[in-house]
Amino acid sequence: MAVFASLAEKLQDTFKKLRGKGKLNEADVNQAMREIRLALLEADVNFKVVKDFISRVKERAVGQEVMASLTPGQQVVKIVHEELTALMGGSESKLNWSSQPPTIIMLVGLQGSGKTTTAAKLARRVLQQGRRPLLVAADVYRPAAIKQLQILGEGLKVPVFSMGTTARPLDIARAALEHAARHGNNTIIVDTAGRLHIDEEMMAELAGLKEVLKPHEILLVVDAMTGQDAVQVAGSFHQQLGLTGVILTKLDGDTRGGAALSVRAVTGCPIKYIGVGEKTDALETFHPDRLASRILGMGDVLSLIEKAQENLDVEQAKELQKKIRQQEFTLEDFLVQMKQMKKMGPLEELINLMPGAGKMKQLKNLKIDPKEMLHVEAIIQSMTPEERRNPSILNGSRKRRIAAGSGTRVQEVNRLLRQFEDAKKIMQLFSEGGGKKKKIRGRNLFPF
Amino acid sequence: MSLFNKLKESLSKTRQNLSQRVGALLTGSSQLDASFFEELEEILLTADVGARTSMELVERLQQEVKTRRITEPAAVAGLLQEEVSRLLGEEGRLCWSPTPPTVILVVGVNGVGKTTTIGKLAYRLHREGKKVILAAGDTFRAAAGEQLAVWAERAGAGLIRHQAGADPGAVVYDALQAARNRRTDVVLVDTAGRLQTKVNLMEELKKVRRVIEREVPGAPHEVLLVLDATSGQNALSQAKLFHEAVGVTGIALTKLDGTAKGGVVLAIGNEMGLPVKLVGLGEGVDDLKEFQPRDFAAALFSDLSSI
Repeated sequence: MAVFASLAEKLQDTFKKLRGKGKLNEADVNQAMREIRLALLEADVNFKVVKDFISRVKERAVGQEVMASLTPGQQVVKIVHEELTALMGGSESKLNWSSQPPTIIMLVGLQGSGKTTTAAKLARRVLQQGRRPLLVAADVYRPAAIKQLQILGEGLKVPVFSMGTTARPLDIARAALEHAARHGNNTIIVDTAGRLHIDEEMMAELAGLKEVLKPHEILLVVDAMTGQDAVQVAGSFHQQLGLTGVILTKLDGDTRGGAALSVRAVTGCPIKYIGVGEKTDALETFHPDRLASRILGMGDVLSLIEKAQENLDVEQAKELQKKIRQQEFTLEDFLVQMKQMKKMGPLEELINLMPGAGKMKQLKNLKIDPKEMLHVEAIIQSMTPEERRNPSILNGSRKRRIAAGSGTRVQEVNRLLRQFEDAKKIMQLFSEGGGKKKKIRGRNLFPF
Repeated sequence: MSLFNKLKESLSKTRQNLSQRVGALLTGSSQLDASFFEELEEILLTADVGARTSMELVERLQQEVKTRRITEPAAVAGLLQEEVSRLLGEEGRLCWSPTPPTVILVVGVNGVGKTTTIGKLAYRLHREGKKVILAAGDTFRAAAGEQLAVWAERAGAGLIRHQAGADPGAVVYDALQAARNRRTDVVLVDTAGRLQTKVNLMEELKKVRRVIEREVPGAPHEVLLVLDATSGQNALSQAKLFHEAVGVTGIALTKLDGTAKGGVVLAIGNEMGLPVKLVGLGEGVDDLKEFQPRDFAAALFSDLSSI
């Protein structure tokens, strides 16, 4: 996830200058604050929020706290990190479950923020927790909105309650409650129509829905790419409905997502989930502290470890290590290793989680085409077991056969072999425990 | 209602925020000092104009003020409007092919209003007596085809649609064949929303463009990037990456009827020179208008001229 990547870079540049200093004077701090301000503004954090943030950080930075510390630069980083975390809500926040079922969740927001997709994602999550969700299609205005929810529900095997486009949303809500009671659904997720926060009639409809449903959660769905207006939108929804939380969508792009800070600051509501993709499993719990770390380029090691634990087979990893030590690492192992990495998600996301990755030039513009990985897989799978174990027997005719078999060209086969050799050398180095650091010719360690 | 009035009405919320503040600033300040320009920059920032463009704009203003020896804050209003119009460039007109069909490819990230914009555009073209075909190139999102079908019916346009999950290139190919056989004037190609950083999805979009190029020489005549007026500086990244992939010819700015200012089009105009061609001012079927930079600027700052 490239969230906040550029902001992290900017702040890192600023702090690099500060870190070298033994003592900070007010001019130093002012310089850093100016750059932080600009970076936050470019990240679409609301102007007023930035102003408050800067003044809070500055107050602490030029005060006692910093002067007394041995490394003032580090201290400023720490303060910015703490304040960012605090601004985003401290610790993560869970859904409020009603002690008496059903738990009712209402999704609201502007047009195109992603309510319908999010409703399905939530339903999936709830289903996985062993609950019995019911999706309610209360968007009777947008063409095919109901159909969209029905298709998504079908895919998840979650029932979708709808009454067509002629019924009034209030009647749909009432009927949905009865339906849920009859069918034993203990979680009701209501998808409402997108609307402008200044559309009085439509906002009144939401207030009416709230009255009928008495929801335990009213979640505002906000597009992470939203600009300065996020404050107006969130503020006005909150004022009229009393939100209980926020879901931030479309965070899988290159948006810096400053809206997260703005929305949180103006409503005081926690961000409960983030949407990181179009498929129904792309919903994640929001971790303010991790995101703050990522902003500061400290890397989100926790998320990385979690992903690895979820997806890596420990036994396999041990086996692999042994093989590397004994120089028995083959193309077959290479393939296994690749598949494991693939399970952990797109490589760009993993790289963004690594500390310092933001500063590595060769990684910065790295875009990995999943298709290229498929090619590599196809090439290796077109080899005989003997060839995979011992690539040195590959002559021209074998390579031509492999290229034809995998639908690639001989050049690609050659490239893969070179990269495999490079990777092998690197692993050798690592396993030797940082002995002599040899220069390695190949620049691409991975074949993709 | 004239376009100007319609824009003015839609932008009234915007104006209330931006112009009132600018107005207050201009009348409230007795002199053109540093704090005056600082506050002006703040106002532009809140309108999503972006840090870089805001700073440049203010710098240019400062220079003009110096060279023209302006001392009254009120006189800055005219200058500001001039500069904004300059950034927004020429009036946006859609390009038409001399020989039909004219092919318009519509692209953008998720949820900006591509399908709705196409529906409104089709409605307008139909009323102008043109024969329109819609190509349902969004085969990914659930019920996207159904959504376009509703619009096709409303707008009296033809619709070429495949099954969910079909190859968008194939849909477009069929639509262009149909256009030829049915002597259609305009083909509007809907595409699935995609974030500009998803490499494989952008490749898919390039392929759609290649299919159009191959089937209709000189096409696509327009590649419209749909931008949500609510979005912030990420819209710049959207404009850059979509332009790199499929050669954007113009912008359709949607959802201008909210409180969002859409100021990021100034940044896009400044850094990329991409013109805005259409603006979406509401959910109604006729709420899509041709973009008039002068009117847009005037509507944004209309309170200023009375000062």
